[in-house]
Amino acid sequence: MNKLVEYIDVAVIGAGHAGCEASLAAARLGLETMVFTVSVDSIAMMPCNPNIGGSSKGHLVKEIDALGGEMGKVIDKTFIQSKMLNKSKGPAVHSLRAQADKKNYSNTMRQVLENTPHLTIKQAEVTELIIEDGTIKGVKTYSGATYYAKAVVLCTGTYLKARCIYGDVSNYTGPNGLQAANYLTDSLKANGVEMFRFKTGTPARIDKRSIDFSKMEEQKGDERVVPFSFSTDPESVQIDQVSCWLTYTNEKTHEIIRENLDRSPLYSGMIEGTGPRYCPSIEDKVVRFADKSRHQVFIEPEGLNTNEMYVGGMSSSLPEDVQYDMYRSVPGLEHAKIVRNAYAIEYDCINPRQLMPTLEFKNIKNLFSGGQFNGSSGYEEAAAQGLIAGINAALKVKGEELLVLDRSEAYIGVLIDDLVTKENHEPYRMMTSRAEYRLLLRQDNADLRLREKGYRVGLISKEQYQDILKKEQLIKEEIERVEHVNVGASRPVQELLEQYGSTPLTSGSTLGELIRRPELNYEVLAPIDKNRPELRYDIREQVNINIKYDGYITRQLKQVEQFKKLESKKIPEDMDYDQVKSLRIEAVQKLKLYRPVSIGQASRIAGVSPADVSVLLVYLESHRA
Amino acid sequence: MTGDTIAAIATAMSASGIGIIRISGDDSMEIISKVYRSKGGKKQIKEAESHTIHYGFIYDNDTMIDEVLVMIMKGPRSYTGEDTVEIDCHGGVLAMKKVLEAVIHAGARPAEPGEFTKRAFLNGRIDLSQAEAVIDVIQAKNEYALKSSLSQLKGSVLTSIKEIRSSILYHIAYIESALDDPEHISLDGYSEKLAQTVEKEKKKIRCLADSFDEGKMIREGIRTVIVGKPNAGKSSLLNYLVGEEKAIVTDIAGTTRDVLEETIMLQGISLRMMDTAGIRATEDVVEKIGVERARAYAKDADLVLYVVDSSIPLDENDEEILEILREKKAIILLNKSDLTPVVTKEMLEARTDMPVIAISARQEQGVEILEEQIKSMFFAGELSFNDEVYITNVRHKTALEEAYQSLTMVEKSIAMEMPEDFFSIDLMNAYEALGRIVGESVGEDLVNEIFSKFCTGK
Repeated sequence: MNKLVEYIDVAVIGAGHAGCEASLAAARLGLETMVFTVSVDSIAMMPCNPNIGGSSKGHLVKEIDALGGEMGKVIDKTFIQSKMLNKSKGPAVHSLRAQADKKNYSNTMRQVLENTPHLTIKQAEVTELIIEDGTIKGVKTYSGATYYAKAVVLCTGTYLKARCIYGDVSNYTGPNGLQAANYLTDSLKANGVEMFRFKTGTPARIDKRSIDFSKMEEQKGDERVVPFSFSTDPESVQIDQVSCWLTYTNEKTHEIIRENLDRSPLYSGMIEGTGPRYCPSIEDKVVRFADKSRHQVFIEPEGLNTNEMYVGGMSSSLPEDVQYDMYRSVPGLEHAKIVRNAYAIEYDCINPRQLMPTLEFKNIKNLFSGGQFNGSSGYEEAAAQGLIAGINAALKVKGEELLVLDRSEAYIGVLIDDLVTKENHEPYRMMTSRAEYRLLLRQDNADLRLREKGYRVGLISKEQYQDILKKEQLIKEEIERVEHVNVGASRPVQELLEQYGSTPLTSGSTLGELIRRPELNYEVLAPIDKNRPELRYDIREQVNINIKYDGYITRQLKQVEQFKKLESKKIPEDMDYDQVKSLRIEAVQKLKLYRPVSIGQASRIAGVSPADVSVLLVYLESHRA
Repeated sequence: MTGDTIAAIATAMSASGIGIIRISGDDSMEIISKVYRSKGGKKQIKEAESHTIHYGFIYDNDTMIDEVLVMIMKGPRSYTGEDTVEIDCHGGVLAMKKVLEAVIHAGARPAEPGEFTKRAFLNGRIDLSQAEAVIDVIQAKNEYALKSSLSQLKGSVLTSIKEIRSSILYHIAYIESALDDPEHISLDGYSEKLAQTVEKEKKKIRCLADSFDEGKMIREGIRTVIVGKPNAGKSSLLNYLVGEEKAIVTDIAGTTRDVLEETIMLQGISLRMMDTAGIRATEDVVEKIGVERARAYAKDADLVLYVVDSSIPLDENDEEILEILREKKAIILLNKSDLTPVVTKEMLEARTDMPVIAISARQEQGVEILEEQIKSMFFAGELSFNDEVYITNVRHKTALEEAYQSLTMVEKSIAMEMPEDFFSIDLMNAYEALGRIVGESVGEDLVNEIFSKFCTGK
C-alpha cells in the first residue's frame, strides 16, 4: 500500500483553462499549491476551437486579465490572427477574438505554471476526496497517495467518466483520446453532490493541403491589433497574421445530414448528455433552422506548425462515412482529407446550484470548483471561474473575505450568478445578452472596473494599481476639459463639420456637444481643439465613449442602482423559509434548495415570483434586529 | 407570526359617531382583559370565543374611560391573521385617544403606519396588490371610489399593460438574439419596424396615462344613458337630476340632437348621465345621426333609464327600444304620471323583468324611488362600472409616464441611428416600469412605499 502523504495548502484538480488560472492565483497569493493533471502534456490544451475570445467571451478574457489572471497574456504571446468583432455596433458589444497557435498556447501556459513559485505540477489522477465533518481535508490519487490540503479546487473539465462518440463508435476517453477520470464522480456522489451529464462536440480537422481556398472568402485579421492584456505593450502584438476562410454549407450538405440523422447517436438515443443550445452541432442546426439554406463554415488554422485546419460551425457526431460526405459537399472541401474525425463528448459535471457565489460548495467547506465541471462550456468561461475559485480558495485559507463580483461589475459576475442561481440543464455559454448592464461592462474598461479588486486580492501589483488610478484621473480631467471648451461658428469649425456631414453651428457649442453627434467623435475634433493634451489611445477611447454615450450610461447606472438595492439586502444564512407564511409552496421549496445570499439572488431563481420577493422584503424588514 | 402586540386608532381622527381602536398580536386577549369590564363586572373576556361582540366599559387602571363594544377575532381568522381585538368606542377624538392610552398602558405598542396591513400581508392574508388597494380605500372619498379601488387592475387595465409589455419584450428579445446570433437573425431594416411598434405602444400608454385624473374619481361613474321616444321627458329628467338646465327642454319632438353628458352623485354613487336624442324613424338627417348615437350609447351603457311617456300609447319605436334593452341593465321610468295614463305600470311589468317606476320629472315625483332603485342595484352588485380602461392610482400614472419617456428615448436613439444594442436600455426601462404596475417587476421602493403610505391603524 502506498503510504505517501503530503501536506499542501491548495490542491487544484485539473490543469485545463480553469485549473491553470486557479492554481496560478492560489500560488501567486503565496499558498503552496499543487495542480493535478492526468497528463502534463495536456496542460492548457485547446481540444476544440483554436481561438480565444469572441463575442462576450473576449470580455471575460479582459476581465480575467484585469483581475490578475493569465489567459490574456498567454494569448497575446501566441495568437496568429486577431480581430475586434462587432465594430459596426455599439462599444458594449465590441469583442476581441484571436486565433491561437494551439501548441504554442499550451506550451506557453505550461511554462508559466512551471516557473511560478509555490506551484507544483503533479501528473496523477485524483480518485477520492477526503471530507470530514463537512469540510474538505484533501485528496487521494489512483496510486494511493494522500495529499492533505486546506482547500481544494475541482477543475475536471470534460474528463469525469468521459466518453467520445461518433456514429456507433464510442470510446471511454477524455478529449483527444486522453485518459478519462473514472473514479472521482463516485466519490462526489458519495458525499451527496448532485451530478449532471452534459455533452459537447467538436468538428473534424482537415489537412490544409486538401482544401481549395479559391472557393472560399478570405478572412483577414485587423490591421491594428488590440491586445487582450492591459499589461501587453500594444506595439508587441503588431505581427504578421494568418488568414481564416469562410465557406458555406448548402442544400446538398443538409440533405446528407437529414438522410443520416437516424445514424446520429444524438437521435438514436446513444448520447444521454445534454448539449449546448448555443453551440449546436451541424445536425442540430439543420434540424432547428430547417428554413435556412446555408450555414457559415469557418476554416481556421490550428497553428503555424501544423497543416490541420479546424472546421468551425460543423461540429458533429455523425458516423465517419457520413462525415466524409458531409464535409466534402462544402465548396472548397470537395477533396478534403480528414485528419481527426468530429466527435461528441459526454462527461459528468455538477449541478452548480450547490455552489455559493464564491464558487465554494454550500455543503462542503473549503471545496471550490470551476470550469466545465460547473456546467459551463468554453475556455474563457472556464478560465474565469477557475480564477475566482482559485482566488477564493486562497483567501479562505488565509482567512480573508472572499471575492464575489456581481452582475453589474463584470461578465464574470453574470456568469457565476447565472450558474449558481438559474436552473441550467445544458452547458452554459457566455453571451452578450446575458449581461443586463453591458454598456457599463465593456471590454475596453475592464481594467477600470476590476484592477482595484485584483489589487485588493493581491494579484495586481501596487504599481499597476497606481497606474489605473492615474488613468482614471486623466480620463476625468479630459472629460471635464472637453465639456467646457467652447467652439464658435468659426470657419475651421464649420469646415470640419462639413467634412463629416455634420450640421454647421449657428451659435457656440462645447466640444462635448459635438462629440455626442453620431457622425463625430473625440478623435476627429482634434484640429479644432487647440489645447488638447497628448494622451494615450486607451485614455482617449474612454473620454470619447464616456462623453458620447453619457445619457445611456447614466440611465444604465440608474438601473444598476435599483439592482444594487436588492443585492444588498442579505438573507441570513439560517433563514427559516417555513416561517414566512405568505410565500408560495413552490417558492419555499426553491428558496430552501438554493439558499440565496441576497434578495436580489432570490429574485432570479426560477419559481420565485415578484410577489414572493415582496413578501421576503417585508418579512426581512420586519425582522431586522 | 410572532411579534409584539400593536394598537392604533383605526378610524379617522375626527369627531364621528363611532371610533375603533384596533389591537393585534399574541397579547391582544391579555391586554383587553386588563382594560375591559363587563356591566356586571363578572365576564371574563379572556375566555370569550372568537368572533363575538361584548358590551362593557374600558378602564385605565380604576378610571372608567368609555362605554364600548368589544369585538374578538382570534387568529388566523382576522384581518392581520393574528389575535385581534377591536374596541368600538364613542367617536370623539378625546375618547379614542384615552382608550388607546389605556390599551398601551396595558402593554400594547403604538402601531407604525401600515403595520396592520403589513402583518396581514406577511401572514398571507392579503397579497401586495390588495395591500395597495387598501391605501386607495383609505384615500377614497366616496363609496364609488372605494369600489373602484378594490377592483383596480382587474380586467382591461391589466390586459392592456400586459399586451404593451409583451410587445416590448419581443423587441428586447429580438435585439438580444440578433446580437448573439448574427448569422441567423438579421437586423437589416429593423429600426423602422421597431419605430412603428414604439409609436403604437406609446399611443396606448398615452391613452392610459391620460385616463388618470384626480377629478376623474368623481367625474367617472356608472355610464347611465337616458333613452326614450322624442319628447318623453328625457331632458326634463336629466335637468331635474342635475339641478340645472343643461338640456334644452321644448315641446318639439327631436330637440335634443346630440348626446348631453353630465355627472351626478346619487347617495355616494356617481353616475355619468347621458341624455340622448329620441329614438324613432326619422327623415331628418341631423336627427338621424342623434338616433344612431343614442343606439350606440345605449349599447355601451352600464345602466339605461328608459323614459316612457305614459300619456301616449306604446308603438313600434317602443318595441324597438325594448328590444335594444333586452340584454341591458335598465329601469323603465313611466313619466308624466301626473297626467291621465294610457300606459300603466302593470302593462309594462307584464312585458318585461325590468323595474318600472312611475315618475313625473316636471313635478319632481318618484325620483327618490329611482335613487333607491339605483343604489340597491349597485350594492347588490348588479351594476358595476364599465370596462373602460382607466388608471386611478398615482403610482401607476407615474410608472406609465416613465415608460412613455423611455420609449421616447428609444425613438430618439432610432432617429440618431444609434446601433441597435443601445435601444434595449430604454426598452428595458419601459418594460420594467410597466411591470411595476402589474406586479411583475419588483422593487424594494414599491414595498416600502406601499407600507409607509398607510395611516396608522390600517
